[in-house]
Parts: sequence; structure tokens; C-alpha cells
Amino acid sequence: MTGIIDYNAGNIRSVELALLSLGTEYRISKDPRDLKSVDRVIFPGVGEAHFAMRELKATGYDSFLRDWAASGKPLLGVCLGSQIIFEHSEERDTDCLGLLPGVVRRFPKDFAARGLKIPHMGWNDIQYRNGGSRLFDGVPEGSDFYFVHSYYMAPSDESIVTATADYGFPVPCAVRKGNIEAVQFHPEKSAEFGLRILANFTGGATC
Amino acid sequence: MLKKRIIVCLDVKDGRTTKGIKFLNNVDIGDPVEMAAEYYRQGVDELVFYDIMASARDRGPTLDLIRRVAETVHIPFCVGGGISSVDDIRNTILAGAEKVSVNSPAVRNPALITEGANIFGAQCIVLGMDAKRDAAMPSGYRVFVNGGRVPTDFDALEWAIRAEGLGAGEIVLNSIDADGTRDGYEITLTSMISSHVGIPVVASGGAGTTRHMAEVLTAGKADAALIASMVHSGDFTVGSIKKALASEGIAVRL
Repeated sequence: MTGIIDYNAGNIRSVELALLSLGTEYRISKDPRDLKSVDRVIFPGVGEAHFAMRELKATGYDSFLRDWAASGKPLLGVCLGSQIIFEHSEERDTDCLGLLPGVVRRFPKDFAARGLKIPHMGWNDIQYRNGGSRLFDGVPEGSDFYFVHSYYMAPSDESIVTATADYGFPVPCAVRKGNIEAVQFHPEKSAEFGLRILANFTGGATC
Repeated sequence: MLKKRIIVCLDVKDGRTTKGIKFLNNVDIGDPVEMAAEYYRQGVDELVFYDIMASARDRGPTLDLIRRVAETVHIPFCVGGGISSVDDIRNTILAGAEKVSVNSPAVRNPALITEGANIFGAQCIVLGMDAKRDAAMPSGYRVFVNGGRVPTDFDALEWAIRAEGLGAGEIVLNSIDADGTRDGYEITLTSMISSHVGIPVVASGGAGTTRHMAEVLTAGKADAALIASMVHSGDFTVGSIKKALASEGIAVRL
């Protein structure tokens, strides 16, 4: 059973529909108590870090996520969910959950002069790092995924990066540490290969 | 590297897809959900749904349609039309849309862009803009609202820059002059707007050939090309378009 965290600003519907199309059992809830007994958790997100942290605290999902991370059970952060698991975000100077060491930075100001638009929006191919991850089983290196973000994960430990996407520089777009995996792109919006990643995660043993 | 996006636009009226020329004489061309599924199979990068009469009738977004599309396709799609409040934005995103496009309501209430961006992130808030050539305007283009029927005092370039500052994450720029003509995009307009803002610009209106698309993605400096008639007519598939663009050296997702 896969749990999906619902905290008002997430794109939970898209994640839910992707799992539905995979035929995966899931439970979605605004109340952390409902997800205590699930096997793995997806922490999705579309939104703004400051607002999201406020909602996580209001629902009690902030402490749920800290406990979950410590429990050793699988966690998949998606987009904003991948950012908020770090210590701090430059987006409205927001203190985040601190499940992984590192921060979340805004794309540099010189992007405009280089003709690079912010947000980084659209389909970008990914390159594996540090041996990739079993999360990407069946996904050829160089496959395109859908990105929409203005901020990016900057882990303090490079060895947790499992994939990058070239946009001005090799932008970390997937990380893994122990039971925690996170992807900056939207697997639920990335057609066939995105669904494959969700299938890999919900099939269990991705860590 | 980031690919240039090919976006198919479905104008929806009373639950059916329509297509008109210069916003008039709309004809029924099919079921939006079935059409979305077909373009998804063909490899489209993104879809845009405009509930084209919504602004004119002051009607909310068609949430049921959004839900059915979201069940069918697993790619991003944007919904525009009738979105005039933060609640509308929330309902649309929660129904499964990746982005919302605000057009007429943003002109009437520019703060809507900021309010939406502060809650959902700038990337969710797309400024939809209908522009028409007008020598009296500083940039040479005037913004129209209500489906291109009502002129405003807004200059197209000034509005684009202002909307970016307010928090818009993308601009879908439609040329009223070019829309539905299949004579090519408005390259001058697209290039001007795209080079003056730091957010992605989607070119819309006028696509008839893959050459038109290649032009707007290079000379027009567009980040994405929106098409409708080319594929709705059956003259092209998304796959054939992408192959043609790739053969011209344009990076697309194949």
C-alpha cells in the first residue's frame, strides 16, 4: 500500500491518477494518522516552499515525515516534495524539513543573459550519476522527463545525486540516501518513462 | 538539454472541441478527452485547453472535463478560461491540471497573478495574452480580452514584462492577426516578447507548416510552439511534425 501526502498545495491528483493507471493500491489523506500503516509514501508537490511548509506544519505532516524518514521505510519526494526534504530553501528564505543535508537554490541570475529561461520548464533528458538508482530500472539514460521549477536541489553531499539534467549546468534532478529518494521532475507527468519510475517505486524495494 | 515543446491547443465550448478563424465561426471538431488521448499517443509534449466562452460568459472552469483529461493523459496540461480567483486556480490544479492560464481576469485584476504564484508557485501561473497589431501602441501591439473581442489600453510588451514581475511563470502569446490563418506565426511579436522576458514564451496562432514552427522556435525565440489546425485537420501528426523539426536541427522529444 502506497500513501500519498495531501497538504493543500500538492499536485496530488496527478500522482493519484498515475497510480490508478498502474493499478497500484494507494491511500491518500490530509491526515497523517491515516498513513501510519502504509508501506511507502509519496510526497508530491506543486507550489511554493513557504506556503507548503506552513501547510505541512498545520496538518502535522512535518513531524510525520521526520518520523517516516527515521523509520527506514521508502519515501519518494517529487518536485517541491524533493526540495522541502532538504534543510533550507532560498524560496522566501524558508526553513525546510532537513531530512537530507543541503539546500535549495534559485537558478542563477546570469541565466537571462545566457538566454536560459526561468522556470526550467519542459522536457529535459537526464544523465545518471553515482550508478543511478533502481528507481530508474528500465529507463534508458538520456530519456526525457518533464520539469517545472525555478529552484533546484543543492545537496551538500554530491554522492547522493543519482541523476542530473543539463540546464546551464548539470542540475541535480534525482537523489537517494538510504530510504529516501527524490526527483525534481514530475514522473506523473512524464508519460511512459515517468510511469515506469512510479511503478518501480510502488513495486517496493527501490532502496 | 531542454527540448522545444510542441503543444496542442484544444478550444473547448460546451464540452466539445472547436476551431475558428480569428476567434469567429467556431465549428465542432470532436470530443476533447478522445482528442487528448490521441495526441498523447502521438507524443505531444503538453496540451492546453481553453474554455473559450468562459470569460465572455463569466463562467468557472470546467472541472469535470479537467478530471477526465487527467485520467487519460500523463503529460502536463494547462487550462485557461474562466479562472478569475485563487479558488478557481486551486480547483483546477487539484482536478489534475499542471498549470492555469489567466487572461482577461488578470488584465482586470493583475494581483491575481501574484496571489496565485505565492500559493502554487510561479510555474503554475501562465499569462495568456491575445495581442493584435496596433500602430498606436508603444510596442506596436495591443492586448485584447474576452476571447480577442474586446480591446484594452494595455501594450503587449509592457503587459508581458509587468506580468513577469507580478509572478507569472510562462506566457502563452497568441497573435489575433495570425490565429487560424495557417500563414505562419507572428515572428516579430514573438521574438520581441521572448527577448524581453526571462520566463518561457509559447508562440500561438498561425501555424500551417513545420517550417512555420521551425521559424518561431529559432528566429521567433519561442520556447514552445502551440498548434491546433495543423493536427486537428489531420494534415499532420505530432510525430511527423517532431521528425520534421528534428531534421531541421531543432531539439525535440522524440
